[in-house]
Amino acid sequence: MDHYTTEKTVSVLQRFILSKKNHITLICAILIVLGFTSELVFKNEIVAIWSLATASILGVAPIAIQAYQALKVKVVSIDVLVTIAVIGAFLLRNFEESAIVTFLFLFGAFLEQRTLNKTRSAIKELTEMAPESALKLMDDGVFEEVNVDEVDEGDILLVKTGAKVPVDGTVLSGVGHINEASITGESVPVGKKKDSGVYAGTILENGTLQIVADRVGEDTTFGRIIELVEEAQDSKSEAERFIDKFSKYYTPAVLGLAIITWLISRDVELAITLLVLGCPGALVIGVPVSNVAGIGNGARHGVLLKGSEVIGDFSRVDTIVFDKTGTLTVGNPKVADKEFYADNVGEVSGYLASVERESDHPLANAIVEHIGDVPLSRVERTDVVKGAGIVAYIDGHRVAAGNVTLMEREDVHLSKKARADIARFEKSGNSLVLTSVDGELKALMGIRDQIRPGVKEDLQKLKKLGVKNLVVLSGDNQGTVDLVARELGLTEAHGHMLPGDKSKYIEELQSKGHIVAFVGDGVNDSPSLALAHIGIAMGGGTDVAIETSDVVLMNSDFSRLPHALGLTKATAANMHQNIVIAVGVVLVLLASVFLSDWMNMSIAMLVHEASILVVILNGMRLLRYGL
Amino acid sequence: MKKATIQLETLACPSCVQKIEQATKSLAGVEKESVKVLFNSSKVKFDFDAEKISVVDVERAITALGYEVIKSQVKDK
Repeated sequence: MDHYTTEKTVSVLQRFILSKKNHITLICAILIVLGFTSELVFKNEIVAIWSLATASILGVAPIAIQAYQALKVKVVSIDVLVTIAVIGAFLLRNFEESAIVTFLFLFGAFLEQRTLNKTRSAIKELTEMAPESALKLMDDGVFEEVNVDEVDEGDILLVKTGAKVPVDGTVLSGVGHINEASITGESVPVGKKKDSGVYAGTILENGTLQIVADRVGEDTTFGRIIELVEEAQDSKSEAERFIDKFSKYYTPAVLGLAIITWLISRDVELAITLLVLGCPGALVIGVPVSNVAGIGNGARHGVLLKGSEVIGDFSRVDTIVFDKTGTLTVGNPKVADKEFYADNVGEVSGYLASVERESDHPLANAIVEHIGDVPLSRVERTDVVKGAGIVAYIDGHRVAAGNVTLMEREDVHLSKKARADIARFEKSGNSLVLTSVDGELKALMGIRDQIRPGVKEDLQKLKKLGVKNLVVLSGDNQGTVDLVARELGLTEAHGHMLPGDKSKYIEELQSKGHIVAFVGDGVNDSPSLALAHIGIAMGGGTDVAIETSDVVLMNSDFSRLPHALGLTKATAANMHQNIVIAVGVVLVLLASVFLSDWMNMSIAMLVHEASILVVILNGMRLLRYGL
Repeated sequence: MKKATIQLETLACPSCVQKIEQATKSLAGVEKESVKVLFNSSKVKFDFDAEKISVVDVERAITALGYEVIKSQVKDK
């Protein structure tokens, strides 16, 4: 056998052993049980020694291979420490310890892998939504199924009912309804026809579409969301980078310490015990586990958190600034209060709807929408009175609809009750529309922008989570803004603000030592989004929102905000717990090895593996977090 | 210069990351600064000079460490 084939055989053997790690673990367990029963029950020393020694050799094989590979690239890994310890114990003919330590190490690694997969499951669900194949128009004019990687920009693709849209593209022909939940979080299907844009990862619920690919693979909106989340879960905070550096020197330091201990004390047992208990497991894995579970929970609930730095900052936020009234209100005015001064309500409503249908003023739209389906009358001659309202003739009646000025012009008498109602409506922030028929007041309607349903409760939750200042900055007039603020219990409200004023205001808050989050739509408020400690975009997964912000609330859903804040707080706390657990365990082990006589290699390995599982399980709690 | 993403089997220990990172960095033709091993998504991302090294070479180096390569993707940069 020449040198090359030998090397190849060795590497094949190595890989074979590594791939059978789980089997080896099982066999070790059986051998250990066999060894202990024959020693304790049957008092058969020979069988016991042979089983335990075999278990040790078998068990250490995969660990030693990993250690050798690590040393080859100049890394002193945990495997190195464990391998030396096991060999040491073996040479001391302490087969019980060498067998148990290898088994615990292998079994621990097995459990770690399983539980780690759980913490990563939320993000895996997301990435598995990525499209895999596409029906591509080939040169011979036939659509053929190809891997999505083979689709280029400009290719023409066919999407059938039930299929995933493979790329971001534009509809060439066909109609259909698409569920865009994976991009916008909104599960109501959206109608698509020629020239509509479609997004990769969304699902065609009915119809058939031919589309041209505009962006493919990682460049699609969905691809970028996935990349963002993947990078976020692996992004490192200051603390983590420190731990990384620390662990790089930590393992060699443990090795050094063990050697020094051995040289001084001449106690091999003590030296190899030190090697095992110095393994840095829980410390290195604790923080990433919290991170990935927290970000995974967010991804599942429509909250994209960009990395662990963001989690740290957001969890300490004390001031949240909302960029405009529209974030807190629905954004289209509706009839909120009404009062009739007539018995023939139906007839008056019919007249009013007929008149207001002639106008496209927002207040008129709100009234038409509010009245809904009523028998309409033919309208003769309408006059629009600028800044006041509209006057028309219906069935020979003179109908006027507009504000108080219009009523005065029309010489309409306002009763004491009517005046009281007007004052009351105005006080609650309404714009008024009065209706008169033949010079007599018949109806009064108050129209205002509605607070988004649930916003008040959500803001309460934010306060409970420790946010002290809730501020709205708006371009609207101060009166409107004050009303919204009062109704929602905001701490501050500023109207007449231009985008420049908003970022200046945020700067001021920050200079006073506040940690500020800014909630915007990512369209024209990027400076403020970038400037605030935490920029939160309420964009339905738009590119701008994804680029400029630290946190993206999919589907502009306000109710995700308290979840996002609570989640970052829980995640930050979880990281701290894990660090405390990890450091605590190492300190306790170190103390007990020098101060007590019950500590040995097996116990050290058990505690060590247990602490790793504890931090993973602790991190896993975050997956179930919900307010 | 090309950009590669290699998807690996699920990585379980952070020290695997260190090993893979070192091994990838040590290959001639791989842009050292660009090597990123993503622990949670189990991916290796790096830029490389296609005239000096191919993705298959990098894959081989990683497989030799005992980690299975699931798929890889190369894009022009």
